[in-house]
Amino acid sequence: MAPAVLIQNLQKRYGKVEAVKDVSFQVESGEIFGLLGPNGAGKTTTLRALCTLTTPDAGRVEVSGISVVENPRIARQRLGYVAQEVAPDKVLTGRELLQLQAALYHLPGAVAKERIELVLGLLGLEEWADRRTGTYSGGLRKRLDLAAGLLHAPDVLVLDEPTVGLDIESRFVVWDFLRQLRANGTTVLITSHYLEEIDALASRVAIIDQGVVIATGTPSQLKDKVGGERITLRIREFSPIEEAQTAKHLLQSLPFVQEVIINSAQGNSLNLVVTPQNDALSTIQQSLNAAGLPMFGIAQSRPSLDDVYLAATGRTLMDAELAAVGSRDLKAERKQSMREGK
Amino acid sequence: MSGTVTPSKPDVIGQPGLREQLQAGGKPSFFGELVQETLALTRRLFIQLQRRPSTLVAGIIQPVLWLFLFGALFQNAPRGLFGTSQSYGQFLSAGIIVFTAFGGALNAGLPVMFDREFGFLNRLLVAPLASRFSIVLASVFFIVSQSLLQAAVIVVAAALLGAGLPNAAGLAAIALIVFLLALGVTALSLGLAFALPGHIELIAVIFVANLPLLFASTALAPLSFMPRWLQVVATLNPLSYAIEPIRYLYLHGDWALSSVVMQAPWGAVTFGEALLLLLGFAAVALFSIQPLLRRTLA
Repeated sequence: MAPAVLIQNLQKRYGKVEAVKDVSFQVESGEIFGLLGPNGAGKTTTLRALCTLTTPDAGRVEVSGISVVENPRIARQRLGYVAQEVAPDKVLTGRELLQLQAALYHLPGAVAKERIELVLGLLGLEEWADRRTGTYSGGLRKRLDLAAGLLHAPDVLVLDEPTVGLDIESRFVVWDFLRQLRANGTTVLITSHYLEEIDALASRVAIIDQGVVIATGTPSQLKDKVGGERITLRIREFSPIEEAQTAKHLLQSLPFVQEVIINSAQGNSLNLVVTPQNDALSTIQQSLNAAGLPMFGIAQSRPSLDDVYLAATGRTLMDAELAAVGSRDLKAERKQSMREGK
Repeated sequence: MSGTVTPSKPDVIGQPGLREQLQAGGKPSFFGELVQETLALTRRLFIQLQRRPSTLVAGIIQPVLWLFLFGALFQNAPRGLFGTSQSYGQFLSAGIIVFTAFGGALNAGLPVMFDREFGFLNRLLVAPLASRFSIVLASVFFIVSQSLLQAAVIVVAAALLGAGLPNAAGLAAIALIVFLLALGVTALSLGLAFALPGHIELIAVIFVANLPLLFASTALAPLSFMPRWLQVVATLNPLSYAIEPIRYLYLHGDWALSSVVMQAPWGAVTFGEALLLLLGFAAVALFSIQPLLRRTLA
């Protein structure tokens, strides 16, 4: 049986920017598949290509074995897309929006009625259904959008950053709902730049950075692959790079230290991968003291998905996030998406 | 081909079998689906109008004020100055009807542009529409009905102001003319909504197009008042071909398709020819925006 989603060597370029360089992954039926990466990594472009909003430059993109380029209409029937930016028509009520959505997917009247009641119930929107969406909070709008995405019972529900910009409470509501979907065996493809979200919800993950998939697997596989325990160490609050290099060489000679990475985005702090050992912290402190180096702070932890990302890219997800915000030409991106009919 | 397989637990969310259930009713026809989606999109526009009627209210008040104030401006002009019209008000009615329909249709692209900007259009583009031309059809239905309503109000107001009331055939002819003009202009405006980068640019184009096209037509003054060059411009302006037939049937109870309604610099234009020209204009407009629609709505 064909996978629910197949993306193979996808490429997409906007002018000079290579938004997606080489992305491949498969989503199997019944799983929640997470696409994790910082803003600007190419997650949304990948989803836009999947949902026929943009044409890939190269690569295969299929839904249940159907090419979205060759058979876009069939592919659209099988996908339920919930965009990152919620765009309800403020003047319509929630029910009217769902009625419109049902007609756009050509549900017959009786089925539409039944499905609308069903999805309203699933997302706890009954009492809001006949109010205008303009009066909804951000969380309610997102829930309405999720309801709309599910309305035509798609093969795959595609969610682009479903909890961005939501308050904590709404985020938990969405998470609960996604857990419910998982229990029901609904196939979901979800993007996020929140580690906890992917860690908590996804059965498998692809980590994407600068338009390339850098790791794929279950969250625990990925963490095991990185292996060991993590120690984050700061010599000073902001260490000069030379000092960080010296410390790196020093620490690499310790027998239990597997790897040392200098995190330039965090004031040249050092991220160590170590073989679990009781006196690791004190040994590190002693060797730094012996070399005349101070120690500002030290912390020990189990590996996280962030460590997977860090091991592959040399920076943490949050740093990549901050860097992306600074270097992004939002105006150009907006223009581009307008050109494509956003 | 259903995605989910958990037989022990009925999947209420994915509801496998829904598609099979839908297909059991026979393969849905292309036409049936086109009608379904076009009606739903049109319904949305009418719900918007019903809940935010200020544009329509303004669109009715404005032309009536024009008719009243502009008509009064030339109240004491010598009789017969404006051709065979009894008064300037009577002369002006045709111009106001056409100008109102034109202005409404020119704005047709704005809601579509806002849908693009707010991302609502994406909702339509990821849906398996039978044809994305349904988005255009919905706008055309909406604008044409709005223009017909406005025209009806102006006709009544003009009658109350003493311009007279055309007979039933005349009213039907006005409706047809308004329909053809609104169709062509709506198409052009929608084309712009897909071609221009944003609503600021669209509003700028609307602003620049609106009044000059009014002044360069026979809406406010007859051709005989104009210098030669403006006569040429006015007789190239599609608005004149909508205005002159309506004006003619306001003045003549006994109009026919062969009646001469306008003396262009290059010869006489009959009622029937004016209608044909408007039909051609609408056809060319709809045809010329095809590449733009395909680009955005491929």
